[in-house]
Amino acid sequence: MKDDVIIPGPEKRLKPHRLLKFLRQEILPTTFCPGCGCGTVLNGFAQAVDELGIDPKDMVFVTGIGCSSWIPSPYFKGDTLHTTHGRPIAFATGVKIMRPDLKVVVIAGDGDIAGIGGNHLIHAARRNIDMTVLMVNNWNYGMTGGQVSPTTPFGVPTTTTPYDNVEHPLEAAELVAAAGANYVSRWTTYHVFPLMESIQKALQVDGFSFIEILSQCPVSYGKMVDMRKASDFLKFYRDQSVRVHKAKAMSAEELEGKIVVGKLMERERTEFTASLRRINERFRKG
Amino acid sequence: MTQRQSRLKEFENRTLFLLGDEAAAYGALYAGCDFFAGYPITPASEIAEVMSRELPRVDGYYVQMEDELASLSAVIGAVWAGGKAMTATSGPGFSLMQENIGYAVMTETPCVIIDVQRSGPSTGQATKPAQGDVLQARWGTHGDHEIIALAPSSVQECFELTVASFNLAEQYRTPVILLMDGEIGHLRESVTFPTFDEVAREERRLAEPDTDLFGGEPIPPMSLFGEGRFIHVTGSTHKASGMRDVQTQAVHEELVTRLCQKIADARAEIASVEQDLVDGARIGVLTYGATARPARGAVLEARRMGCAVDFLRLITIWPFPEEAVKRLAERVETILVPEMNLGQIAREVERFTSLPILPLPKIGGVAHTVDEILEAILSSSSELGSAVG
Repeated sequence: MKDDVIIPGPEKRLKPHRLLKFLRQEILPTTFCPGCGCGTVLNGFAQAVDELGIDPKDMVFVTGIGCSSWIPSPYFKGDTLHTTHGRPIAFATGVKIMRPDLKVVVIAGDGDIAGIGGNHLIHAARRNIDMTVLMVNNWNYGMTGGQVSPTTPFGVPTTTTPYDNVEHPLEAAELVAAAGANYVSRWTTYHVFPLMESIQKALQVDGFSFIEILSQCPVSYGKMVDMRKASDFLKFYRDQSVRVHKAKAMSAEELEGKIVVGKLMERERTEFTASLRRINERFRKG
Repeated sequence: MTQRQSRLKEFENRTLFLLGDEAAAYGALYAGCDFFAGYPITPASEIAEVMSRELPRVDGYYVQMEDELASLSAVIGAVWAGGKAMTATSGPGFSLMQENIGYAVMTETPCVIIDVQRSGPSTGQATKPAQGDVLQARWGTHGDHEIIALAPSSVQECFELTVASFNLAEQYRTPVILLMDGEIGHLRESVTFPTFDEVAREERRLAEPDTDLFGGEPIPPMSLFGEGRFIHVTGSTHKASGMRDVQTQAVHEELVTRLCQKIADARAEIASVEQDLVDGARIGVLTYGATARPARGAVLEARRMGCAVDFLRLITIWPFPEEAVKRLAERVETILVPEMNLGQIAREVERFTSLPILPLPKIGGVAHTVDEILEAILSSSSELGSAVG
């Protein structure tokens, strides 16, 4: 491991950021494209971990394949299990059952979590297994160059919907809430402080916690819709977002194209691994 | 005495009348399995049923996942969290697991996958037995790799080879496939349970601090999550430290060559066969799994009729017991290979001898009869010009 961290940028910025302690500094800088929202998510997540005072030794990060899977793996200095595409929640299920004392965090993209791995998302939420899933939704398969994903808005061109997307996007957060998770919210990389608070909340919830984070992809997605700057997306998120309580009073027509942000679900259903352990206690010698 | 020991004490030295599936599940419990994730499928479901009943009694965990992709995923996750873990399935589920088998190979995750083979392709004859997955077990996942696969031919052996599978998985830090077939999985016969202490259990070799977990020696030691080592496990090409490097040709070559060599170099140690050779044999019968049973009957019957026949049963399918096959080929003039597929192992045998190989395939969900194999032996014998009494 290198001792001297070379942080790109002017010399005066070399003072290490207080959150750098959470990163595998020897492999920086990140491979994220200019303007990518993954940095904001990483920052918000690291802030949340710092403020909660969680020791990374007590966490396990499980990720899939895609840009946002790189947020914790390999960058976050913790145990990191970088799995096959779509399967991080299923891998995380095995980790959590065997080590319920560890905080299990999955960070992955919309293609990974809602597309190829959508079934695992539904069933992990249904079991209400204690883990935190951050689904970084950039509306496309960014790593592979900008193909349509299950969350791409209707009518939008991508590299594989050259005549515009004719599929309706999946509302992942609502799906997870319906499937049985104890905590669900949706935020965007524009809403950095509420997002950070929501991550803190999700990390403390006993049960399945899920945050859908809309996160800009100005390179792969933006090139097709002429939103080539991060700020194009942040302004869009700002202007199109509607808080949950306001959305409740709006008609379906009024909500068309809007992004409903805020807490969508909070409840206290029985957590899965605790139920498993209760079965085992029946057979323990008294 | 641990909870596991006290539960298994109830079985020790007892002879029970069990299904192959059930015996395999108990083998896993004796081997120390404490995690099972699976998805129902005939003819493997009884393994899951026993595991769901018994694992909580030995302070282990059973979880029924949403599909076979998730099942092997959860198994691999459980291993890195300290578990000894297994899944069980049949052909269609085994096909779904192939990507994660490659992940387990690449990340050197010790785990056991039981495939109770059934008639395919696709849904095929669903519940009926076959041996059609022997090459899928070898080559099902993409990329260069070696694999360990064992094939039991009795219920007792379902128990014993499940234990052996767990041990080989730990010893070579690799996934091990137990290639049962529906015939053996759903066969009910006597199985005698050993005492807990009679069963040898290979414990996981854990790394000292600052040792590489993914290189530096042919079979590196492991480390587990939650120990503050901040380990990085990835299916991407990685350096000995575990950190990803998908750009450097030499890194990939070194890693994948080591992963293959650690098993290929141990072929002689891993490869296990049962052989019964007789003087003057001109015909050899090479077989495995359920097919070994009628094949054995046919060999004994042929000998009774005065025809000397060698019998070789592969217990290890992969790595292929090349030496035993070559030795057999040196003794006889032709080798018959009865198997419940259209000649998958017969094809492999051809790689190690120039002798004429006679595949004796049988598909359709029905095992060979003794007479069918006997007839093939006698017909070969007469072609060779042997006098059969």
